[in-house]
Amino acid sequence: MTSLWLRRGRGLLVVLFALCAAVPALADVGQIKVATGQVLVDRKGQTLPGRVGMPLETDDVVRTGTDGSVGITMRDNSLLSAGPNSILSLERFEFDPTTNDGRFDAQLRRGTLAVVSGRIAKKTPQAMTVRTPSATLGVRGTEFVVSVDE
Amino acid sequence: MNKAARQALIVTSTALLVACAGPKETVVLLPSPSGQDTALTVTQGSRQVLLAQPYAGARVGRGAVEAYPSNAQEVQARYGAALAAQPLTPVQFTLFFVENKDEFTDESKRIVDGVFIEIAKRPVADVFVIGHTDTVGSDAVNDALSRQRAEVVRAAFVARGLPIDKVVVIGRGKRELAVPTGDGVSEPRNRRVEILVR
Repeated sequence: MTSLWLRRGRGLLVVLFALCAAVPALADVGQIKVATGQVLVDRKGQTLPGRVGMPLETDDVVRTGTDGSVGITMRDNSLLSAGPNSILSLERFEFDPTTNDGRFDAQLRRGTLAVVSGRIAKKTPQAMTVRTPSATLGVRGTEFVVSVDE
Repeated sequence: MNKAARQALIVTSTALLVACAGPKETVVLLPSPSGQDTALTVTQGSRQVLLAQPYAGARVGRGAVEAYPSNAQEVQARYGAALAAQPLTPVQFTLFFVENKDEFTDESKRIVDGVFIEIAKRPVADVFVIGHTDTVGSDAVNDALSRQRAEVVRAAFVARGLPIDKVVVIGRGKRELAVPTGDGVSEPRNRRVEILVR
């Protein structure tokens, strides 16, 4: 009886997970599309392996090892990709897909980053920034690269 | 001063020098493939440099932002790995529909092939299918029709072997017109399904 219940419970969980997978959660701000070598994601005090397909959330910190690189597509179609030994923090992401209004702030603490801005920067030129430890980059609809050496 | 104190002084001053030099930061604006105007501002405190030309660069140090000309070779050498990890650009398609029906027009059938090619290129594709209508009929009718149109597109993908959990289907009725019209206007360009492959 107990095991039957457990099995049913598990079945229900599987169904619930399948439903979750079908509709991207509201918390998702982007997704890892490319990952090579070591890629880690720091989230709420935990460190998770960064894999292709992993959804990302606000405040996630994405790190790459000496052999690592990672490519991320954000919900507004911005593309962020980091080379080896990089630390990238997704500090703030708000986006209304109907109006394209939103706000996107990311920070490169270390390493190299390539950026293609998306719909947020296209709609509102001041609404996307990439910070480094000592400067702020204001994005006006553009592709660029930025590096921070230690 | 004894030897230990001297050593301590050297270590401290070296650490201070390194701290003052701070991280060295570089920014380079890249050419825009779409040819649209692009620009980037680099701001540190009250200093600001505007990068507006392809390969315009800026170096940021402690208390200084300095413009410099970069080039394709330097960018490739320094940022090659980051650029190689760039995800594919999301692509948007629009399919058009026969009036008051959930059937594609004939040319839209060919567009579906293009959508499928883009999906196949991606290891993990997110697909959003958003149905719309023109303004003929009530909100209730158009909400249902727009959803139905989007479902038809999803069914076409499923029939071609796309795993169903990767498609998000949305019906927006007559709320987001591609071509603004009054109410009750038959407009082929509004009878559409937008597909975003990310």
